[in-house]
Amino acid sequence: MMNKNLKLIVWLLVGIVGAYAVAGIALNRGESINALWLITAAVCVYAIAYRFYAAWIAAKVLVIDETRATPAERLDNGRDFIPTNRWVVFGHHFAAIAGPGPLIGPTLAAQFGYLPGTLWILIGAVLGGAVQDMVTLFFSTRRNGRSLGQMARDEIGAVGGTAALVGTFMIMIILIAVLGLVVVNAMKHSPWATSTVAATIPIAMFVGIYMRNIRPGRVLEASMIGVVLLLLSVWGGGWINQHETLRGLFDHDGLPLAYAIIVYGFAAAVLPVWLLLAPRDYLSTFMKLGTIILLAVAIVILQPEIHMPAVTQFIDGTGPIFGGKLFPFVFITVACGAISGFHALIASGTTPKLLMNERNIRMIGYGGMLLESFVAIMAMIAATVLEPGVFFAINSPAGVVGKEAVDAVAKINSWGFAVTVEQMEQLARDMGETTLFARTGGAPSLAVGMASIFGSAFGRHLLALWYHFAIMFEAIFILTTLDAGTRVGRFMLQDMLGNFHKKLGETSYTPSVILTSSIVVAGWGYFLYIGVIDPNGGVNILWPLFGIANQMLAAIALCVATGILVKSGKLKYAWVTALPLLWLVIITTTAAYQKVFSTDIRVGFLAAADDLAAKLYSGVLPPEKAAVAPQLIFNQHLDAYLTLFFVVVLWVVIIDMLRLCLRYLAGRPVRKLSETPHEPSRLVENWVRD
Amino acid sequence: MLKQLRHLWHVIRRLTGDDAYEQYLKHHAAFHQASVDAPPALSRKEFFKLWQDSKWKGVKRCC
Repeated sequence: MMNKNLKLIVWLLVGIVGAYAVAGIALNRGESINALWLITAAVCVYAIAYRFYAAWIAAKVLVIDETRATPAERLDNGRDFIPTNRWVVFGHHFAAIAGPGPLIGPTLAAQFGYLPGTLWILIGAVLGGAVQDMVTLFFSTRRNGRSLGQMARDEIGAVGGTAALVGTFMIMIILIAVLGLVVVNAMKHSPWATSTVAATIPIAMFVGIYMRNIRPGRVLEASMIGVVLLLLSVWGGGWINQHETLRGLFDHDGLPLAYAIIVYGFAAAVLPVWLLLAPRDYLSTFMKLGTIILLAVAIVILQPEIHMPAVTQFIDGTGPIFGGKLFPFVFITVACGAISGFHALIASGTTPKLLMNERNIRMIGYGGMLLESFVAIMAMIAATVLEPGVFFAINSPAGVVGKEAVDAVAKINSWGFAVTVEQMEQLARDMGETTLFARTGGAPSLAVGMASIFGSAFGRHLLALWYHFAIMFEAIFILTTLDAGTRVGRFMLQDMLGNFHKKLGETSYTPSVILTSSIVVAGWGYFLYIGVIDPNGGVNILWPLFGIANQMLAAIALCVATGILVKSGKLKYAWVTALPLLWLVIITTTAAYQKVFSTDIRVGFLAAADDLAAKLYSGVLPPEKAAVAPQLIFNQHLDAYLTLFFVVVLWVVIIDMLRLCLRYLAGRPVRKLSETPHEPSRLVENWVRD
Repeated sequence: MLKQLRHLWHVIRRLTGDDAYEQYLKHHAAFHQASVDAPPALSRKEFFKLWQDSKWKGVKRCC
């Protein structure tokens, strides 16, 4: 009884501290606020949500059954179905879901100020993203680890299944393009960054050969050698940067770098996984975990002040980084840090095949997403500890603020953010770069933020090393996502083509491999190319497109979950997934409508195309802009159709789901639940037997 | 303290797949040695090849 009271008091305290911290960041209108407020608010919100909301969903909505054997137990084959300790599954699951998205999204969303993005990261994760991951994991576990697409087909209908498949494919293309653009912008005219990123390729190959042939299966040993080599490559890049002739070899414009990434992407998709993708993945996972832990420690030690205002004037839609009002674009931009449709693909398929017991679903599904959301909070902190003037100087494309440093500074000053040319030059020198103006895409500003946090916590004289370490860290797992995504796209395409011509469906048939890899690479390569030649930086177009696609996929996953809940006779609990679904439908549909039809040329694709066409015909464009204008006009039209396509796909799935629910509620026959029958578990979780 | 360190080392090895081969041998001994004509266990190299190739089928990394 005493114990129970104590617990109650502890949770009450957590609640009070959390409410105080959230109110503190929301109501603060002073000069600046300490980053610890954000951390405290986040930790308290996560703790309460995990302890109460997630536990309630597990017990009442999903009715998790600890005595039921999981697919890993029933189908244990020692390879993909393996009952695994929950911490190990958590590690695998988190490594799979945490990509570059939660780092880039919050950085871009910081243009609205720290408050809107932070609130959505917290609320969106707790009520939306983590719920989606957890229920998808649960439903897939009850269906032998079937994928989201298969579940959509089995539970809703063929239309839903196909939509999920097509949606996944399209999101992959846009995602890879925008990630490629982020890397290109980080490497543009930076011999240090370019040579370091280039060095990661042979290092990964060496590690691959080591694991495969020199010392087979010694994963840890090989990875440690790789990590040491990567750190050396950061240092070596600095040396190359000082070297007269070598420097020139790695000093390039955006376009050649984009071509290099395209060639690399094709090679990575065709080469065997063990040579490049698998070893790179080990290295990127180690770097990712190491850096995130380091960042968290540094923030706690240093307790940096946040300099960005809580809310900037750009909530009116005039922001330099991307056009569009606070609603709906803050939700579209934060994307993965709050809710990511892509997670549903990991939570169905891979992770459920490792679960030892259903009771671990809350920790892995809900907890994994909370940790990802925490990474997003740290990215928000790293972006907002910068002076706002510096933040906007780095992230505003030349097409908005002007090519010359003086013009850019004048423009940014006119918005009320102080920054000088000397300040930017000094910063660039500190970071070992020639310039930091118009380094769009989020990676450079995140790296500057991280370098200044690390620099103050662990030594300022190493700023340039920290900056390039951060760039290397971002690049290495962006390239991993790029490799893995291209390969997944290839498999999906081969699967589809296999329906028309059997031979094309074989994953080891070389002509098919080359053909499908070329199609996938050409797809994202096109968007990457346009993104690089676009004077407005490309991010303004590609990131919202990615956000819309990603949130659409999340909505499809929530549709499947809502359909299953209703069919299971749990209509009164269906709001758990239906509410976030409704919200996602509102934001994606509004964002899509604005992206297509808005008359603001920085938001609406069609308006932008018309505006550019009018300028082209009246001859007011300078020759270099006139040369690329026809391609940009075509691309704006293409993007408009693509956005419409996304919305149509989403609404088709929703209507299909509603039709199914109405039929069920009217007592008419519907597709049967595809849940596997109950079998008692014989496993006791006791993994330290060895 | 030493026990906890050893436990941590176990977790790290399991997480990274460093001990995958040992796990496989255990699984093999437990499930596939019952009959006389069962195939012998794979070598470390063969197993690692299979393990790595099967690991990278499907969606493994996200945004």
